[in-house]
Amino acid sequence: MDTAHMDAGTDFVWPSEDVSQIPFRVYTDQEIYDLEQKLIFQGPTWNFLCIDCEIPNPGDYKMTNIGDAPIVVVRDENGDINAMVNRCAHKGAMLCYKPRGNIKEFNCIYHNWTYDLRGKLTGVAFHRGVRGQGGLTEEFKHDEHGLERIRIENVRGFIMGTFSEHTPPFAEYIGQELMDNIDRVFIKPLKVLGYHSQVFPNNWKLYVENNKDSYHASLLHVFHNTFGVVRPTMTGGILLSDSRWHHLSYTERKEIGDENIAKEKVRSRQDEYSLSDTRMMEHKLELGDTITNSIQTVFPTMVLQQILNALAIRQLIPRGVEESELIWTILGFEDDDAEMDELRLKVNNLVGPAGFISMEDGCVGGFIQKAAMANVDAQTVLPMGGRVIEPSHGSRVTESAVRGFWKGWRECMGI
Amino acid sequence: MTTTTDLDRDLAIRLRIDALIADYIHCIDEDRLEEWPDFFTDDGRYHVITRENYDLGMPVALIYCDGRGMFEDRISALREANIFEPHVYCHMVAALKIIDSSGPEIATQSNFSVTRTMPEGEMMTFLCGKVFDTVVEVDGALKFKERKVILDSRRIDTLLVIPV
Repeated sequence: MDTAHMDAGTDFVWPSEDVSQIPFRVYTDQEIYDLEQKLIFQGPTWNFLCIDCEIPNPGDYKMTNIGDAPIVVVRDENGDINAMVNRCAHKGAMLCYKPRGNIKEFNCIYHNWTYDLRGKLTGVAFHRGVRGQGGLTEEFKHDEHGLERIRIENVRGFIMGTFSEHTPPFAEYIGQELMDNIDRVFIKPLKVLGYHSQVFPNNWKLYVENNKDSYHASLLHVFHNTFGVVRPTMTGGILLSDSRWHHLSYTERKEIGDENIAKEKVRSRQDEYSLSDTRMMEHKLELGDTITNSIQTVFPTMVLQQILNALAIRQLIPRGVEESELIWTILGFEDDDAEMDELRLKVNNLVGPAGFISMEDGCVGGFIQKAAMANVDAQTVLPMGGRVIEPSHGSRVTESAVRGFWKGWRECMGI
Repeated sequence: MTTTTDLDRDLAIRLRIDALIADYIHCIDEDRLEEWPDFFTDDGRYHVITRENYDLGMPVALIYCDGRGMFEDRISALREANIFEPHVYCHMVAALKIIDSSGPEIATQSNFSVTRTMPEGEMMTFLCGKVFDTVVEVDGALKFKERKVILDSRRIDTLLVIPV
């Protein structure tokens, strides 16, 4: 891994010893982007693919991505879930081109090569040729031309995928504390209430950093502060995995009782601002605690979200150096009644591309991207909470988790 | 197939609904958003849904307003709380179809597109799709009892803050 960057021919050198300053070039450089595909997305990382309830029946499939790589996840005749690169072993055409569906086998539209639902090559059109002419020769072995399979794990219904055999098992990858939070939030069988997609005018890492940046939540998002979802005065904290790659930021409906915080002049604190209809902010305590906000990241690009009763998985897909797409899978529990369905629809006004407390995340990365392009030799500074990458109990005014992301990035990239 | 008789019967209501939609889009495009809730009945509903979710029968909306308060909150948040680069919409509406005008609730559908212009002049077709409306008469004026906006694309560029 140490020489990986040399193999790919980048001359990029990390300009400092730690991760408290980030060079803008990492957001603007095509070579770095290409390396990330190989060493992060196709490296020793777990990536969210889909939820098992989205493909309940044999033959059900869903198209998804790991970084740039198109992936198809399919349930086979035995009920097992398989994930493969969505690319014919022959000429590389995408096998599935409708986002979801039900199939008996994979059938490439280009030359009619067929594969079973585990990715094994089962048929090659005209393999005997025509009238003894053409076709396959004996040296062609079907077994050697199956689809590229992705290693998967089913984590409480979330289908996670990795290209690498070196990725540790998922529970070990994120650690016990963060596994406990998945169990805290996703307590029952899930149902999908819908999807959103939001295209950001910025490099994928700017959105990842934004998720790890607990410092901004009560500053950028007026709604958080005003309606008490996340106020600087509320109890909460930052948990980090031992590797520091993954984090959890949470807020609880308990006051810290620090008068100095209330005196801070913060744009987002507008006490006179109020809602005409507060049903959107109703919080039914369905998880047995008073946590109002829990944002958990899994390196590199997965987010597990609980904001009041708004549950979602966010999957970030890089779309070139200067663009990324966030796909939200909005969730409820299978046993939600009509009243709970309605409550979730209302609270979902808070999130998504038009969300009262999330829409700003759509433009703030673009503001950085524009500035970054102008001076790739300059760098950002992440001073909050010092230079350490440590958990924080009580306060979320730290950039520890952001530094933790960069630790993971440098370890994968060998930079 | 629409017959001449159908057209005669629908003509008056068609013209009135066409005028309602024109007033509605000019209100938004001219940034008179404080008037936007007035286009709906007090118990009006407004959903902006992607065609992906709609076709899957999934209920999640990008924007969901149920009752006047939620309409007002969308506008007050846009004015006072949310941060975004200023931009303007130009709506184009076409192919108004009267689905049912036999009762007090008139059901219609129409196509629309929204061109978004950013402060530096960058323009794009930001949204397009279909609107299913339920229109009623309240004190002599037509109002939307429901607007269901179905967006053809599953993607939103950057963010959606101004209503459609």
